Amino acid sequence: MTGTLRVEIWRGAEDGRFEAFEVPTQPNQTVLDLVTYVQRKLDPSLAYRFACRVGVCGSCAMTVNGTPRWTCRTLVRKVAADGRVRVAPLRNLPVIKDLATEMAPFFDKGQEARGRFIPSDPSAKAVATIPPEDPKRKEADGGIECIGCAVCYAACDVVAWRPEYLGPAALNRAWTLVNDARDGDATGHLQAVAEDAGCHACHAHQSCAEHCPVGLNPARSIAGLKRLVILAALRGQL
Amino acid sequence: MKRLELWLYIAQRGSALVLAPLVLLHLAVILYAVSGGLSAGEILGRTRASLVWPATYGLFVVAAAIHAAIGLRVVVGEWTSWRGRSLDVAMFGFGLLLLLLGLRAVRFIA
Amino acid sequence: MRHHPSYRAFLAHRLSGIALALFLPVHLLVLGLAVETAALDGFLDWAAQPMVKAAEAILVVLLALHMFGGLRLLAIELLPWSDRQKDWIGWAAAAALAVGAGFVLRSLA
Repeated sequence: MTGTLRVEIWRGAEDGRFEAFEVPTQPNQTVLDLVTYVQRKLDPSLAYRFACRVGVCGSCAMTVNGTPRWTCRTLVRKVAADGRVRVAPLRNLPVIKDLATEMAPFFDKGQEARGRFIPSDPSAKAVATIPPEDPKRKEADGGIECIGCAVCYAACDVVAWRPEYLGPAALNRAWTLVNDARDGDATGHLQAVAEDAGCHACHAHQSCAEHCPVGLNPARSIAGLKRLVILAALRGQL
Repeated sequence: MKRLELWLYIAQRGSALVLAPLVLLHLAVILYAVSGGLSAGEILGRTRASLVWPATYGLFVVAAAIHAAIGLRVVVGEWTSWRGRSLDVAMFGFGLLLLLLGLRAVRFIA
Repeated sequence: MRHHPSYRAFLAHRLSGIALALFLPVHLLVLGLAVETAALDGFLDWAAQPMVKAAEAILVVLLALHMFGGLRLLAIELLPWSDRQKDWIGWAAAAALAVGAGFVLRSLA
């Protein structure tokens, strides 16, 4: 297949600019392929992040033509507007260089939301039995398998307007733990997401669910947290 | 106050639950009154006939003052750079103003 | 990034809310000033003008839109999740327009 594509890539840190490259087109080319071609053949100083290339690790998310996406699973032909692709770093995160963002605020919020498993019985030897039809298990099911790519975080306008907001991924994680029968600290998780930057800041824009590459619905998880937090607050349990 | 944002959120949704049926009633009253060509005397004659009207609209005013002040605080905090204590005070004042203006108007129909 | 129904529903809710919050003090102030029956009659005459009626119709639609859209939000946040919440956006908008149409028809009658 012949032909080239005009690829505009963000260069620099916060105060940078777009630089244009001509990249040869290939069948079934992904956006990550474009960026990799530029780094390997045209400008080795280009900084970007990737690891698995098959949609598992969540490290290659970037802004493609204005939309946050996992670039390793985004086909160029699906997003190339009039033969042009513009690749920028993820929104709502500090830019380190070119396409690499500082991910620390995103992962720190996972901890701030107490998004870690607190075993109810650390000495348990037997595997906990949780029936697949258990309602809480089903709720948790809808939120697990997040790959931590921060696409939802970049898509969320509440994060943009209220930078301290915990964001969809951290709250979604908290929701899976609240519904985990093996977790022993439901109140602790609820207390964490009831803080000032917590779940109640969400306006149900649902951009998180619209953009999640693995089809999760963090807005649904956040709505669930809101219900539990309201009940806990009214009962004086927080 | 600890967890101020959460409690404001709860007050916002709580006032919304109170407002929803009252707004429905208000819309029904508007649709009823708009074609009647009712005079002021006729309107006030009906509202003053029972305590139900002033009491209902009094509750409406209280819920609306809470709801509007909290909502506007969120909007200003997200869409402008005005945040913090001065915004809280200003929005409390806005709610208080709505409450006073509203209760004065309700006293008139009682 | 913002081109999807629930984002547009949010914008409609927020913008109608701002408009209502700014209108409300004027509305209450005017009612409170018309402390005499004669003054209220004068106000009702003024409000009967076509331009004022048109502005009122817009406010009625905004109020209905905010209320029906708000019911959708309350359902999303307080009831178990339903994927039908997207359909509710259309129903809320339709109901608000129906109320507005009702207002216009009744005021012409």
